Formats: sequence, C-alpha cells, structure tokens
Amino acid sequence: MSGLEALLAYLTDGGAWQGSAGVPSRLVEHLVLCALAVLTASLVALPLGFYIGHTGRFQVLGLNLANIGRAIPSYAVMVMVFPVALAAAAPIGYDPRLGLTFLPIFVAMTLLAIPPILVATFAGIAEVDRDVVESSRGMGLTERQILRRVELPLGLPVIIGGFRVATLQVIATATLGAVLSGGGFGRFIIDGLARRDEGMLYAGVVLVAALAIGTDLLLAGLQRRFTPRGVRVASGEEVVEAIGDLGSVAPPSLRRA
Amino acid sequence: MGDERVTPATSRGATIEFDHVSKRYAPATRGATAQGAVEDLTLTVPAGRICVLVGPSGCGKTTTLKMVNRLIEPSDGRILIDGQDIGSRDVTELRRSIGYVIQQTGLFPHQTIAQNVATVPRLLGWAEARQRSRTDELLALVGLEPGRYRERYPSQLSGGERQRVGVARALAADPPVMLMDEPFGAVDPIVRERLQNEFLRLQEGLAKTILFVTHDIDEAIKMGDLVVVMEQGGRIAQAGAPADLLAQPASEYVARFVGADRGLKRLSLYRVADVTLVEAPLARAGEARQDVRARAERTGDRHVLLVDALDRPLGWLDAFDLRSDGLLGEPDADPMSPLLDRRTTLKDATSLLLDEEVRSGIVVDRNGRVLGLLTLEAVMGFMRDDRSRDVPPDIADAVAEVLAHPAGAHDHGGDDTEPA
Amino acid sequence: MIEIRWDWIGEHLDDVADKTWQHLQLLVIPMLAGFLIALLLGVLALRRPGTVGPVTAITGLLYTIPSLAAFAVLRPIFGLSLATAIIPLTAYTLLILYVNTVAGLRSVPAEVNEAATAMGYSSASRFWRVQLPLAVPLIMAGVRVAAVTTIGLVTVASIIGGDRFGGLGQFITEGLQTSFDTKVYLGAVGSVMLAFIVDILLLGTQRLLTPWARARALST
Repeated sequence: MSGLEALLAYLTDGGAWQGSAGVPSRLVEHLVLCALAVLTASLVALPLGFYIGHTGRFQVLGLNLANIGRAIPSYAVMVMVFPVALAAAAPIGYDPRLGLTFLPIFVAMTLLAIPPILVATFAGIAEVDRDVVESSRGMGLTERQILRRVELPLGLPVIIGGFRVATLQVIATATLGAVLSGGGFGRFIIDGLARRDEGMLYAGVVLVAALAIGTDLLLAGLQRRFTPRGVRVASGEEVVEAIGDLGSVAPPSLRRA
Repeated sequence: MGDERVTPATSRGATIEFDHVSKRYAPATRGATAQGAVEDLTLTVPAGRICVLVGPSGCGKTTTLKMVNRLIEPSDGRILIDGQDIGSRDVTELRRSIGYVIQQTGLFPHQTIAQNVATVPRLLGWAEARQRSRTDELLALVGLEPGRYRERYPSQLSGGERQRVGVARALAADPPVMLMDEPFGAVDPIVRERLQNEFLRLQEGLAKTILFVTHDIDEAIKMGDLVVVMEQGGRIAQAGAPADLLAQPASEYVARFVGADRGLKRLSLYRVADVTLVEAPLARAGEARQDVRARAERTGDRHVLLVDALDRPLGWLDAFDLRSDGLLGEPDADPMSPLLDRRTTLKDATSLLLDEEVRSGIVVDRNGRVLGLLTLEAVMGFMRDDRSRDVPPDIADAVAEVLAHPAGAHDHGGDDTEPA
Repeated sequence: MIEIRWDWIGEHLDDVADKTWQHLQLLVIPMLAGFLIALLLGVLALRRPGTVGPVTAITGLLYTIPSLAAFAVLRPIFGLSLATAIIPLTAYTLLILYVNTVAGLRSVPAEVNEAATAMGYSSASRFWRVQLPLAVPLIMAGVRVAAVTTIGLVTVASIIGGDRFGGLGQFITEGLQTSFDTKVYLGAVGSVMLAFIVDILLLGTQRLLTPWARARALST
C-alpha cells in the first residue's frame, strides 16, 4: 500500500473521526493549546511592546530579550519544564496528568510566541510617522489617547503580522507536545511512528500542515482588512520589508539612527 | 585685472561635442514632450572650459549630462570626446576616464575616505603607493587634511566635507572630462559659496573640461565660461558667455529665466579680485596701545583693523578711543564687517555689504589672512569705468544711502584714505 | 526531585562531543545551502523585481510546514540518512534568508549604486564590492535568526531520527524514552547553550564585517 493510499484509507475510516483520539478532538486540543499560548504571550508582550514603541525607551533591551527568546529551542524548554511541572502539580492538588501533558508544552509555546509579538508590537508603534504623533500631541491628546487612537490603528497591520508569525510558529511547534503524551495533531505523527501506522502518520502531517497554512491565510486576510485605507495592502514587496524588519536585529527606527 | 576668466596656460581637458543627440522617452500625456527628453542637441564644449547647462526641471539637462558617461544611452546622434565617438568605446573604460560628481555625493558608506577617493585608481590597477600619494595630494587639494580624514568614514563628515571628497574622488585618475550634477545643491548657501570659490580656484590650476548642471541661474553665471540655457526637450534657448546672456537675452524665455534683475546679476560677472582693494590700516594683537594710538594720530587713520600674529582679522577698533596702557588684545575690537573671498562675485559682496549697511568688507585669502578692504565706492568706481558695466539704478540708490548713513562704526577706507 | 548524574556526563564526554559535532553539521550545511540559494534568488530579485512576490510566497509556504511533519514525511523516502534532516532544515532557512537578503540589497542607496556605475565598476564588481558589503547588516540579521532557529529544529529532528541524527536533541529524546533525567537535561541545556554561543559568535562576525557602522556610532 503506497503512502497516499494509506493516508486516504486512514482518513476515510469513520473511526478516525470519533472519540478522544479522533480528528475533531485532536483539532480542538491543538487549537486550545495554541490559543492559550498566544493569549498568554500577548498579555506579556503587548504591554511591553506598547511601552517600548510609544516611548522609544529600552528598544535595545527589548530586542535583546526577543533575540534570546528566539534562540531557545522549544523542545529543550518543554523537557526542562517537565520535571518542574511534575513536582509542582502534586503539592497543590493539581491534576498531575494536566501538569505532565499540558504544562510543559504550554510554557514552551508561550515563550515561543513572545518574541515575535513583542518585536512586531514595538516596531509597529515606533514606525508610525513621528510627525503625526507630534501633531496629535499638539492638538491636546493625552499619551494614552495617542497610543489608542493614533499609533495603534496605524501600527495594527505590523502588529497583526507579529501575531501571524507567532501563531504560525506555535501551531507548527505545538506538535512537539505529543512527545510528552500531550494532545493535538502531533499525536497522529508520534503515534503513527510508534505504531508504524503510515496512514496515521501522513494524516498527522497533512492535517497539521493544512491547519498551519489555513490559519496563516486567515490571519493574512485579517491583516489586510485592518490596514487603514490609504496605506497600501501588503504585497510580496512589503512582506519583504515587514519581515525584514521583524527578522532583523534592529527595528527600522533604530536602524535609521 | 580684466573682466575675463583667467585663461590657463595649457589646457588639459578634452572637447566634448554633441552631434544631433536625442533621447526619447514615452510622454506621460499624449502630445506632450516627456520629462527629461532631449531633442536634436548639437553643442560643442571647448576644452578646458566650464560649460553650465541650466534650465527648469525636466528640461533634459541631467539627461544630457548622463549621456556623456553613458549612464543613459542616446536614442539618436553621437557624442564625441576629443573627436572620438564614445559609443564605440568600451563603456567601463569610458566611465573610468570621466569624473562624476552628484548632489548626494554617492560616497561608499562602507569604505574609508581614502578608499573612496582611490576608487578609480584602484580599478585602473595603480600601485598601492601611487594610490596613497595621489589620495593625499587630492585631499589636500580640496582642503581636507589627509592625516585627519584618510581613515574616517563618510558618515562622520559634514555635508560640505563629503562633497569635497566627492570632488577629490572624481579627480583621482586625472580625467580630462568632469561631469557635475548640481554638486553643491545639498549644502547651505554659505558652504555652497565656499565650495564654488574653491572649485573655481582648483579649475584654474587643472583646466579640465567640465560639464556642470544646475537649475540656479546665479550659479550658472558665476561658474560658467559657457552657459547654455535649456528649455523643454533639451532645446538650447541660448548658449554663450554669461555677459552676453545678461546683456542680450535671445528670447523672452531666456530673459525670464535669467531674471528681471539682470542688471544686478551683471554684478555676478565680476569678482572681488577684479576690483582694486584698499589697504587696511592694521594693528597687531600684542602691540602697545599707546603706539597704535600715536600712529593713528599721525596718519589720520582712526579706525584700525586688529589682526593676530598670522594676519587674520579679529575686529575693528577706534584708535582714538585707546586710552589705557598695556597691550592690544581681542577684547579691544568690535565685531567686524563681513569677510570676503577674492572669488566672491561682486553681486554677493555688494549684497552682503548693503545688508550689513557698511561701506567696506574685509577680503581674506585661503588661510584667512587679510588682503585688503573692498569698499562700496571702489565697486561703484569699477562699474562706472566701463560703459558696458552700468550699475542698476536700485543698486546705485542703495549704495548712496549706505555711504551717507553707514550703520556700522567701521566705515573706513572711504573718506579717510585714498585707494592705494 | 531532578537527579543529575554528573559522573555519567563525565564518562560520556566523547559522546557529547560527537552529538555536538553532528549538531553543528546539521547547522552549517543547511545554512550554507540556504544562504547560497537565497543569494542567487536575491540577485534574481535585483534583476527581475517581479519575482519577489512569488518567491516570498513559496519560501513562506515552506516555512509554514511544521518541522516535525516535514521530518516525518521524508523519513520513508530518505530513511535515516542525514538528508531527511537537511532538506527540511534548508527549506526553513530560505524564507528569512531570502527576505533579508533582498531587503539588504535594496537598502543600498540609489546614489551609491549610480556613483559606482558611473565610476566604472562593472556590474559584477559593483555587486561584490559595493552592494553586497552594504547589504551585510540586514543579511547577517537574517543569518542570526536562521541559525538559532535551525539549532532548535535540529533537536526536533531527533524525534524522528531514532539514534541516527538530532545532535544534542538525541540526548533529550533518548533520555525521555528511558526516563533518564541526566540525559534529558544534558541535551536541553546543551542545545540552549549552543544556540547562545552561535548567536554571540555571529553577532561578533557582523561587527567585524561592518567597521563603518561602528565608526558612525562613535561619532554621533
């Protein structure tokens, strides 16, 4: 049986779609994990990003933190959290299973999501034309109002871009959770390998790839929708610039200095 | 001193000829001429001269310039340098034999000043030692001390300094032809004037053939031996010596472009160097005040210019007011009248004096040393000496006003002494 | 709680060295391949700007494919040879290296390019001596991110790699399978340290390659 046939056989089997090991429940597990990780990451990264972007202070520090965050392999984080989660779960009466299977991957994914959101947020805010900000200040807007009404809307496309990168990376890397018996689409891959079930293995590959690509396209659409009229829609060219800015060590405002 | 540009003894430039040269672009709207297009241009630039192309934006002057080093290839016609069709030469070899200076300098940010200047010599394969000595020579020539500037990077220099490096870089391989596209446009007017003067001084020694593009008619008149006024489509409205353009504009367009103040502009044709300077009564810092006072009472020169040990002016002082004992120092002097260079045009010099409402300005040389005084009367006298140099009435009035009621305390050289 | 057996580590230093060496191989080969491809595509982008959109989209698509999935898919094809790891690792570097290379080449001011041409640089020597050096800051920024990302992905490859590849990640995977904490932490901490060291080395390299940026910082 060729790989493709095995894949189709697996997917067309009704059993694959039912129960706690079925596609729908794995999908939910995966999405819940990713959503929680990105959400938690934003709780940390957004306020920091707003502050750094608006005031222009600590830019270098912020970048360095982001770079450090990017350098840490998620697999390593996950396994290092594992025993700590184990130890922490028991005393507080926390469900140890949750501690084992959810917490390590959750921590790793949150750490993974912070750098892109942080950098995108402060780059997006800082890149807003300073003249526009100055004139708002001159018109009597408070700092908070400036952030909310001027910098945020104008910086939104870049910030959403950061969410896009973060979400993509989290969805892709969350598959690692399966190594510690976590949930999500990664289980198809890991279990498929363990049981030498080609169909399951390829199903996992296809499902997680589809989820990643699909979510990315969705967020790309969202990014376009939130680009204020008058600002061009991101084409491949601007993606070059935007990603270049995000991927580079220094955000544009620092580079120009 | 005549009113002609100094003719160099040997001309090391090459002639540039445009032979029915055209460059066609698709126009934005039908029927209109495209911006920057050139139509059937025929022009000869004599060797060793500065030819200025001047006109409004889009008239094709920059296009014309860029066709000489083939950054833009002509649609029709030929361009000849020293009789040889540049189209038949290898383009890289051609470009290495032409100096190119642009407004934004285009210095390589990742290379030191020395490396920037030595770019073409390096491309030509000169020996290291020769590159180095040439670089030092050129940096000194453009007024940048080699020891200080060699190892710096462009970002560490000011705009004026960068443009000097740009000129040095263009001169490095001693090309017979130089192309300059609004080279002094990006600096402030004071720096621009200095750069223009220094470049003219350089050219006196080098005698290269220079094609210079500007939109500023004053700059064109000041710099050009041959001024070519262009209109849309690279068409020549008039080509000739600056004096001719001012005296006899060939058309309404040229007259308008040159400006209503043609008379005033005629003053741009002449320079401080053309006028006989008045000798300034001097006092040196460190002299005894009593000696200076005594001397002043003897000669009748009440207002004396205080200079330092190197003959650089520190300010004016009223010798009759020197009562106390002791030695002269800087605090004794009042702030001084404007400083002028020998190459400053009479128009700029006169404007400066009229603005400050003083009768004379101090003329200094390259090193800041006093050469003498330029007085408004001497300027007026010079202009009246020759019929062709009539003074515009508004200027004559302004001068009369200042001579009658000078604002500054330093109104000398006029009534006290006779021109030397 | 967590029991680390230092003596075990002491006994297996050559194993650590081997795994580290493999980790470096799986870093350098994909980075070199990715860099060359990105450079070629970058030159293409200069000549044909229309390619930027499609190429970015394709490399972006490759980037979205989860690494575990990619390694898993290739294993049946290439077995347990290094190719199973190297191909996806190279593909993942492409997006960031390409985007940063194009951004870097485009950051060269137009007047600098014009002056270089006007002075008589041929297009090839202008590329190597003017455009590429000035593009280094952005390119190196991309290299840094790509490098640390790759180090992380190599550890993931160990999940698929059995006992054949995965660099220091192999310690992690084997340690998990045998519940041997020491190995797990050796692999985890080791790969984090490796990532930091490589990042700092690359940062130093970038500083070395751009003396003019330092000069500017000094003068302002």
